[in-house]
Amino acid sequence: MSYGTATSACRAVFVRDFGLVWRRRGDALNPVLFAIMVVALFPFALGPEPKALQQISAGAVLVALLLAGLLSLDALFRSDLEDGSLEQLVLSPHPLALLLACKIAVHWLTTALPLLLVAPLLGEMLYLPRPVLGTLMAALALSTPLLSLIGAVCVALTVGMRRSGMLLALLVLPLYVPVLIFAAGACNAAQQGLPTLAPLLWLGAALALALVLAPLACAAALRISLN
Amino acid sequence: MNSPIDSEAPALLQARGLAYLRNDEPIFGPLSFQLYGGDVVLMEGDNGSGKTTLLKVLSGLLEPSSGEILLNGEPLTLARLSHQVALLGHLLGIKAELSPLQNLRFAIGIGGLRAGITPHHALKSVGLEGYEDVPLRQLSAGQKKRVALARLLLVPAALWLLDEPYANLDREGIGLVNRLLELHALRGGAALITSHGAYAYTSGTPRRIALRNTDMAAA
Amino acid sequence: MNPLLLWFHKLGSPPYFYRLAGRLLPWLWALALAGLALGLYGGLFVAPRDYQQGDAFRIIFVHVPCAWMSLFVYFFMAANGFIALVWRIKLSETLAMAAAPIGAAFTFICLATGSIWGKPMWGTWWTWDARLTSELVLLFLYLGVIGLYHAIEDRRQAARAAAFLALIGIVNLPIVHFSVNWWNTLHQGSTVKLFGPSLIDARMLWPLLTMAVATKFLFAASLLSRARVDLLELESGKDWVRQIALAEEPRA
Repeated sequence: MSYGTATSACRAVFVRDFGLVWRRRGDALNPVLFAIMVVALFPFALGPEPKALQQISAGAVLVALLLAGLLSLDALFRSDLEDGSLEQLVLSPHPLALLLACKIAVHWLTTALPLLLVAPLLGEMLYLPRPVLGTLMAALALSTPLLSLIGAVCVALTVGMRRSGMLLALLVLPLYVPVLIFAAGACNAAQQGLPTLAPLLWLGAALALALVLAPLACAAALRISLN
Repeated sequence: MNSPIDSEAPALLQARGLAYLRNDEPIFGPLSFQLYGGDVVLMEGDNGSGKTTLLKVLSGLLEPSSGEILLNGEPLTLARLSHQVALLGHLLGIKAELSPLQNLRFAIGIGGLRAGITPHHALKSVGLEGYEDVPLRQLSAGQKKRVALARLLLVPAALWLLDEPYANLDREGIGLVNRLLELHALRGGAALITSHGAYAYTSGTPRRIALRNTDMAAA
Repeated sequence: MNPLLLWFHKLGSPPYFYRLAGRLLPWLWALALAGLALGLYGGLFVAPRDYQQGDAFRIIFVHVPCAWMSLFVYFFMAANGFIALVWRIKLSETLAMAAAPIGAAFTFICLATGSIWGKPMWGTWWTWDARLTSELVLLFLYLGVIGLYHAIEDRRQAARAAAFLALIGIVNLPIVHFSVNWWNTLHQGSTVKLFGPSLIDARMLWPLLTMAVATKFLFAASLLSRARVDLLELESGKDWVRQIALAEEPRA
C-alpha cells in the first residue's frame, strides 16, 4: 500500500490539467484573440497617428494582457468544482497548497504564456519603440505569473458563486494596481531612456513572495469557500 | 491494517457529539457513533435530513460546528486530512473529457494506490473491461458511477463514505456495490453509506443510523 | 481566570454585547454629535481664513478626519477579521462586517471632499495625486469586502471569506501606497502638498483634532448600532432574541 509522494501527486495534476487543456485547445486561444481585439480598438479610439499610439503602446499592451488574464481566471476552478474533482483534490493527503500551485502553473503556462508570445505582435500594432520591447517582455514575464497567483486567491474566494465575474474583477483590481504600476513604470522608464532595473527587481521580489504565499492563501481561501 | 473487532482497539471512526449548523440552524446532530473495521453502516433519512452534510463533515471537507471526529483514535482536523477516508459524493469527481484510465491514474496520483491492484484490474472488477480508453462523456451515467467505484477500490482508504451509491445503477450495478462493500468489510475496512431506503445493503444485517429532520423550533 | 480575559469572554457572547452596546449607545451618539458640532463650529467660524486658499480650505475639517478614519476603520475591520478567522469569535465577524460600510462611507466622503476641494485649488475635480489614488484603491478594497460578504448566502461563511479578503487587503495597502507614491513621482515633478506644517495655526488645529475624536465616536456609535441589528438577525432563532422581541411587542 502506498500513499504516493507529493511529487507524484503534482505530476498527476500536471498530466491531467494539460490533458484537459489539450482536449479543449481551441478555447486556449480565446484570451489571445481577446487581447488582440482590445489592442486593435486603440487605433480606432485614438486615431491612427503613430506618435499618439506609440506614447501609450506599452501601457495598452499591459492592460490588454491583464484583462485577458482576468477573463480566463474564472475557469481556473470552475469545471473542477462542477464535477466534484475539487473535493477530491481537497481530500488528497498531499498539501493542498502544493496541488493548487501546480494548477496555477498549468493555468499560467496555457493562458498567459501564449499571451506573452503574441505581446511583440501587439506592441507592433501600436508602434511600440523597438528598444522598449525587451523591457516590456521582461516586465510581462515577471508580472503575468504574479497576476495569475494573486488572481487565483480571489478566484478561490468566489469559487462557489454562480455569477462571480463582476465581483471577481472588483476583488482583483486593487491587488493588480501595484503590479501594473511597476510593470508600466519599467516600460515608461525604458521609453525615456532611463534605467529600468529597479521596477523589474521589485516585480521579481513580489513574484518570489507570491510564489510562496499565494498558494497557501489560495488553499486557505478555498477551504473557506467550500465550507 | 486488519483491525480486529475487539473493544480494546480504537474505533476506525468515532464521532462524539457531532453537530453541524448552517446560519445557526441545525442541519444534523448532535450525533455519536462508532465504526469498527468490518462494519457497513447504512444511514437512513429523508431528503434534507443532513446525510450528505454528515458525510462531508466526516470526510473533513466541512468543519463540524461542535463535537469531534476520531480516526483510529486520533482527531481529524481540517489541516491534516486523513489518508484513511475516501468519499464518493453526488458529484463523482471524474472528468467527462478523460478516459476511465486517465481518471483513475489521476485519482491514484493524488490519493495513493492500494497494494496488489492496478487500474486495469479495478476497471475489470466493476465490469468496465474494454472501456479503458473511451472518453467518459460517451459512457452512461451508470458506467460513470462504476468508474467512481473503481476509484474506491484503488485508493488505500480504510473508510468509505458513500453518498447514495445505488443511484443511477441497474440491478446488476446494485449487486456490484454490495459485492464491493462485502469485500471491503472482509478486508477490515468500514463503510458508511446513505440511502433514502429504496435499495439497501442486503448482506447480513447492517447497522443503521437514522437521521431525523431536526426540529428547528426545539433547538 | 484573569478578570480581563473573563470580561473578554463575556463580551464575546452576543446577548451580553447586545445589552452593553445598548447602554453605551446613547452616550456615544451624544458625544459624537456634540463633538461634530463643536469641531465644525470651530472649523467653520473660529479658525482664521487661510491666506492662500481663503475659505475653501475649511473643507479639510471634514476631509482630513475622514481620511484618517478610512484607514482607522480598515485596520479595525482587518483586526476583527483576523480574530474571527483565528479564534472563530462570532462577535468579531459581526463587528468586522458592520465596520465595512462605515469605512467605505468615510472613504467616499474623503474622496468627494478631496475632489470638491481640488476644483478651486487645482482647477480640476480629480487629480491623480498619490493620496487620492491610494484612497480610491482603498474604496475598491472596501467595496470588494462588502460585495463578497453579500454574494455568499451563508452569513458566517460570507463573513469569514470577506474577513480573509480584508486581511489580504491589509497586506496590499502599504504596497499600494508605496507603488502609487513611486508612480506619482515618476510622472509628475512634485506632488501637491495638502498643507505644510507652517500652515497649521492653533486655531485651526483644535477644531481638526476635535473632529478627529468626534469621528471616532461617530464610528463607534454607528458600528454598535449596526452590530446590534446584525446580531439580532444572525441570532434570530435564539432564546434571548425571542425574549427581546416579546418585550418589544406590547410597546409597538
